[in-house]
Amino acid sequence: MASAAASAAVLEVEDLSVTIRTPAGPLHAVRGVSFDVRRGETVCLVGESGCGKSMTSLAIMSLLPETATRRARRLAFAGADLAGATGAEINALRGNRMAMIFQEPMTALNPAWTIGDQLVEVHRRHKRSGRAEARERAVDLLGKVGIASPVERLGQYPHQLSGGLRQRVMIAMALMCGPDLIIADEPTTALDVTIQAQILRLLAGLQRELGIALLLITHDLGIVARIADRVHVMYAGAIVERATAAELFARPCHPYTRGLLSCLPAPGVTEAGTRLGTIPGVVPSLIGGIEGCAFRSRCEHARAGCAQAVPVRRASATHHYVCVEEVAEMAALGEATA
Amino acid sequence: MSALIEARGLSRTFSVSRGLFARRATLNAVAGVDLDVHKGEVLGIVGESGCGKSTLARMILGLLPPSSGTVRLSGRDIRVMPRRALARRMQPVFQDPYSSLNPRRRVASIVALPLAVQGSHSAEERRARAIAALDKVGLPARYADNFPSQLSGGQRQRVAIARALVTEPEIVVCDEPTSALDVSVQSQILNLLIDLKENLGLTYVFISHNLAVVEHLATRVAVMYLGRIVELGATAELFRNPRHPYTQALLASVLTPEPGLGIPEALLGTASPDPLNVPAGCPFHPRCPQAVEMCRGAVPKPVDTAAGFAACHLVTDAASRAA
Repeated sequence: MASAAASAAVLEVEDLSVTIRTPAGPLHAVRGVSFDVRRGETVCLVGESGCGKSMTSLAIMSLLPETATRRARRLAFAGADLAGATGAEINALRGNRMAMIFQEPMTALNPAWTIGDQLVEVHRRHKRSGRAEARERAVDLLGKVGIASPVERLGQYPHQLSGGLRQRVMIAMALMCGPDLIIADEPTTALDVTIQAQILRLLAGLQRELGIALLLITHDLGIVARIADRVHVMYAGAIVERATAAELFARPCHPYTRGLLSCLPAPGVTEAGTRLGTIPGVVPSLIGGIEGCAFRSRCEHARAGCAQAVPVRRASATHHYVCVEEVAEMAALGEATA
Repeated sequence: MSALIEARGLSRTFSVSRGLFARRATLNAVAGVDLDVHKGEVLGIVGESGCGKSTLARMILGLLPPSSGTVRLSGRDIRVMPRRALARRMQPVFQDPYSSLNPRRRVASIVALPLAVQGSHSAEERRARAIAALDKVGLPARYADNFPSQLSGGQRQRVAIARALVTEPEIVVCDEPTSALDVSVQSQILNLLIDLKENLGLTYVFISHNLAVVEHLATRVAVMYLGRIVELGATAELFRNPRHPYTQALLASVLTPEPGLGIPEALLGTASPDPLNVPAGCPFHPRCPQAVEMCRGAVPKPVDTAAGFAACHLVTDAASRAA
């Protein structure tokens, strides 16, 4: 069973931790995160700022800042170990078979190079292709990501394009070498809603068409609901709930997930002008160690057991959450207090 | 009924540099906006970046003189009102609580600053009023001597709201007040704004690009596109039955947390709105999936709808449709 799942997994992450050196002591930004992304599926990491979702993506790509240390029981791309790989091996994969799309395309693109030169360079470097061949592929892909008159665009600089067009260029660049895995970190957060919908539609369509494994990192539960096959909810550096998108929104189990969903005004569900749900308190400091459930200081169901190691509960074969309480008990409690 | 705020023919242009040797270009940030704000309402202003919503807010606040047009507060032109009198009645809350608070001042002194500007109270009384304002926004008095850097993003935004409330204004103009915040903090701030409105009888002008938030909070909504209000209406009606094709596309693009619906197709094409280069005719026509020849020619005039107006050649008058 394990081997069948492993063979389909493009990315395997097992017990990944990232610790950042700070003047105040070690900051445990990612604490024992495990998940995989299979060929042709979209997996979302969702959580609020500081939950460790971006650090997780940087750790996978070996792009962590120098002050950060990565540890993992297993970190593998297409079956090959990433944790022990040399810099040269990583460089051969990155931008080639594993590509990344960042939040702000203006800072991710080189302002001094034309779009064409940047697209061509990545292909020539990884595929040892000729200029003409790489250029042809660039024109092809710019067309594919919905950019009109791609030949003229090749000669333009990033600042000459709008934010939406720049993000399309980023997607084209990620696709240049025909990657197996794309990691997109908040790819539409800097964009307007109409452009966001267009970019996500494009990304989802390409992902399906090309059978790419997509790891999408976002804070937006709306995006998660619409694009994810599977979701991992992160809180304070750890995954607190994992499920298919359908399961997560139909039956959120972890108190944090439930709290987060209650904070969103839902048209047709929350009455306009009424108070929204809240999550009291603040995220605990990740400097030093955290024992037990990191959410317990903000959780209405918290009790003594939460300070010890917390069990993983199964709501279904694909739906797990980390909580002292079974969700059925919580629901009963909720009704009793209502 | 006369409105609390009446903006008439409000326009603002900026002259922007296009490089060392190029001629300066004119950016029409706001172009001929008429807008009323009634007492006790929450007027939402939505639109994409560059549509002029923040420029409009700054003109309403009297922080930016319009190129043409007037803003009247209770019938008086704000240009002839003393700056302090205006600030007593109307206060802003901005998006980023990291840059809108002076990092070198303590919380109580930040909150009391509008009173110091008014020069109407003693130092002790200013501090007492600042602490009372902090209490209204749910910040205990022990935070009074902290610096902003010691507070979380949500707490900073509470400080910004307390500063807006300390002069006991009637109107608070909120420009993207929760856009820099996480959702769990956003809901706390929205709840606070809802409570304050009820307790203090405030009127809000609420600017946001987050349509779900505007639908939740606003009683009327104005939709802006390239400097113009293209549709205005009562919130429920506008969200149920958007008339302008831009409003329709905007609402269709909202990703509600409902799995299985996929990513909507708004049919807008890849043209993006450029305020430096506003198209002739209807400014939306290059992106409009329903555009016809007439849209390239004339700027559409507002047409009455069930609950407001829409400025689109294809929208027919509610009255003429009924007839």
